[in-house]
Amino acid sequence: MIHYNKFTLSNGLRVIVHEDHTTPMAVVNVMYDVGARDEDPNKTGFAHLFEHLMFGGSVNIPEYDEPLQMAGGENNAYTTSDLTNYYIQLPAENIETAFWLESDRMLSLAFSEKSLDVQRKVVCEEFKEHYINKPYGDVWHKMRDLSYSVHPYKWMTIGKELSHIENARLEEVKDFFFRYYRPANAILVVGGHVTTAQVKLLAEKWFGDIPSGQRIQRNLPVEPPQAAAHKLEVKANVPLDALYKCYHMPGRTDKQYYTTDLISDILGGGASSRLNQVLVKEKKLFSNIECYHFGTLDAGLLTIEGKLVKGVKMKDAEKAIQEELDKVQQEVIPERELQKVKNRVESMLAFEDMGLLNRANNLAFYELIGDAELMNTEFSNYEAVTTADMHREAQLLFNEKNSNTIYYYAG
Amino acid sequence: MINRKIAPEIKDAVDFDITLKPYEKFTLDNGIPVYVVKSDEQDTLQLELVFPGGSWYETENLVASASNFLMKNGSSKHSAREINESIDYFGAHLNRNCHHENATYTLHCLTKHFTEMLPVLQEVIMDPSFPEEELAIFRQNMKQRLAVNLQKCDFVANRHIDKYLFGEFHPYGRVSSMDAYDALQTDTLAAFYKQHYTYNNCKIFIAGHLPENLIALLNQYFGTTKWNGESTLIKPELSVAPAEEKKFRIFNDENGVQGAVRVARPFPNRYHPDFPKMLVLNTIFGGYFGSRLMSNIREEKGYTYGIYSQLYNFRQTSAINIQTEAGRDVCEATIEEIYKELRTLQNEIVPEDELHLVRNFMIGSILGDLDGAFQIIQRWKTLILNGVDENYFYNNIRTIKTISAEELQELAKEYFTPEDFYELVVI
Repeated sequence: MIHYNKFTLSNGLRVIVHEDHTTPMAVVNVMYDVGARDEDPNKTGFAHLFEHLMFGGSVNIPEYDEPLQMAGGENNAYTTSDLTNYYIQLPAENIETAFWLESDRMLSLAFSEKSLDVQRKVVCEEFKEHYINKPYGDVWHKMRDLSYSVHPYKWMTIGKELSHIENARLEEVKDFFFRYYRPANAILVVGGHVTTAQVKLLAEKWFGDIPSGQRIQRNLPVEPPQAAAHKLEVKANVPLDALYKCYHMPGRTDKQYYTTDLISDILGGGASSRLNQVLVKEKKLFSNIECYHFGTLDAGLLTIEGKLVKGVKMKDAEKAIQEELDKVQQEVIPERELQKVKNRVESMLAFEDMGLLNRANNLAFYELIGDAELMNTEFSNYEAVTTADMHREAQLLFNEKNSNTIYYYAG
Repeated sequence: MINRKIAPEIKDAVDFDITLKPYEKFTLDNGIPVYVVKSDEQDTLQLELVFPGGSWYETENLVASASNFLMKNGSSKHSAREINESIDYFGAHLNRNCHHENATYTLHCLTKHFTEMLPVLQEVIMDPSFPEEELAIFRQNMKQRLAVNLQKCDFVANRHIDKYLFGEFHPYGRVSSMDAYDALQTDTLAAFYKQHYTYNNCKIFIAGHLPENLIALLNQYFGTTKWNGESTLIKPELSVAPAEEKKFRIFNDENGVQGAVRVARPFPNRYHPDFPKMLVLNTIFGGYFGSRLMSNIREEKGYTYGIYSQLYNFRQTSAINIQTEAGRDVCEATIEEIYKELRTLQNEIVPEDELHLVRNFMIGSILGDLDGAFQIIQRWKTLILNGVDENYFYNNIRTIKTISAEELQELAKEYFTPEDFYELVVI
């Protein structure tokens, strides 16, 4: 049970306080309701590039990092398709420094041409490091493009191509900021060795006078049900053949999300999961295989990916995966196996909640998707899933028409 | 109206009193030491068994890591599948790790499942059977993984720089190979296991929310017998053989768009008086986001997504290693800038503001790292396995708080001469 208090400032900024007096530290987490899905298809990668610019100085504070480090603090940030999150950890005594820094960059950035110029280069190097200069690094660009016809998950958070980042202009940076980085569109979570009264005072003092802005009303194109299987063959300079299969799955707030999440654990969660046990250990067709998804807010992709053992034919490998998928569609999953994946989730949630930073981050996330209280009821959603639910959902999910496959050949 | 240009008052790092929460120590009936840090805030626990089963002790390449890995894959009573199933069923995790000196098994589980996990853990630790088939799968899959990794410039660069620093026959510089995987035999693994994973070589570190009868339980599963017999290990004397040549350029992928840059030199181990001082100098130079290297090479020039300088924590001897992946056409410029920053620290005194900031940052970071029982036991484990006590920890903190800019310049003069560094680019 995570305890917290919640209030909203008059400008619409939602504030959550999670007191934990067992630690000398404090965490300040600011989540903005904007991600790569909000980008213009011709200017992708912008939300993430923007995250970098948030460290390039704000209207009253030329340097973001220095004063924080001086206060004994550390920070970082990340961008996903759905949201952008900034977090600070510092000794609780110095918490006001975090309020000062975060509120000033919510008020306004410095918008320096130099910072944009450098961060464009930095992000291009990040792009190369993770997606070009790595074997199989381009597969997610191809898979998203193959799987989505209209929804903005069609491109990756880093951006569709380097040129989109290289062409970003300062004017666009400003527009983006004043559109999305407003109190009405943000959630502030403060955790650790702090009191709610103290946070109320500090939040009013530092964030209270920032103009509210508009809460974002999204009207994103909905991905229509897929009418036929999509397949793509790729040949690249990699040492092993690999197979990737993606199936459209429900979004994070859909009731069936929990069932689907458990199905992915049945297939790929842990060494005893079905795909690992049958395809790696017994049939020895793959040297590794995984089943996972990203928990995206809009309808996402359940992914199975594996590298083939040298000499194994692609069609044999695919057939063996299909047999496992047929099994979960045709046969009811044993109660004990369902209990196993529920236990796995229970344990994972407990370990996740150990870190103060994680708790603050999760409170912000659940508030973003509806209500921070969901964090406390999350496990009951998993507990409620039955073997009949699993059976029904597997049949919808693993329908051949719903599939996207990339055959990645070593060339 | 508040004046946003003025920073709020802060409490300085030197004024933070950092204490390392003490552990409790117990001894099992057969003499195994158990180090305990309790915390009842969460319903989780972590138990780690440590053995001197690292690569230092192997006589054939990869034997230590392969035996560590395969202990979990089958016992005389249960198959790998059954063992995995009994761990996964309770949502527990049993991770194994093999380092240079030590090898470990670490259990994470909900406290309520601890008693069910103990028999499984006992079986993995005391009764592994090293099935041929499991070795065959391991060998094949590890070779495939190696083949993929060998295409990555950063992976290749890490292998080479350690080889230059320590020599390819020393455990710190030795690397995996297809041939070494092929040469592995189950009886060699079983023999290595039998010699190193014995009751008298075992240490247990446990933290979290613990059952009342913890010691009785541990005694029941690990404390009653002299399992695997008494084994006296003599740590072999091995000396490093650093490369003569200093500059290396490797082309691994002709189409590579980035190069992995490594600039490194040997440095004394943690027992040397310069070690804690170097922790501070290294932080200024390349150890945090605001470092000299990061400010210049990422934030000023945009050559890379990130650049860091690292001080190895190896036991026998250490090294300073600067690493980054930079755009293919700016790798040489990056190396030039690294040298420039080294020379600047030799020639110019670190400004008081910067030193003050780094002190505060380092203390804040230690304070954050000590948050929670799992982190605290980790700290203690490092101290205990290195044969030092909390005074070592407090001495490091004192150094961070008190080292002067002049001392740092002296240190830079001694250790930051560019000609002493190996340099490597892998494209």
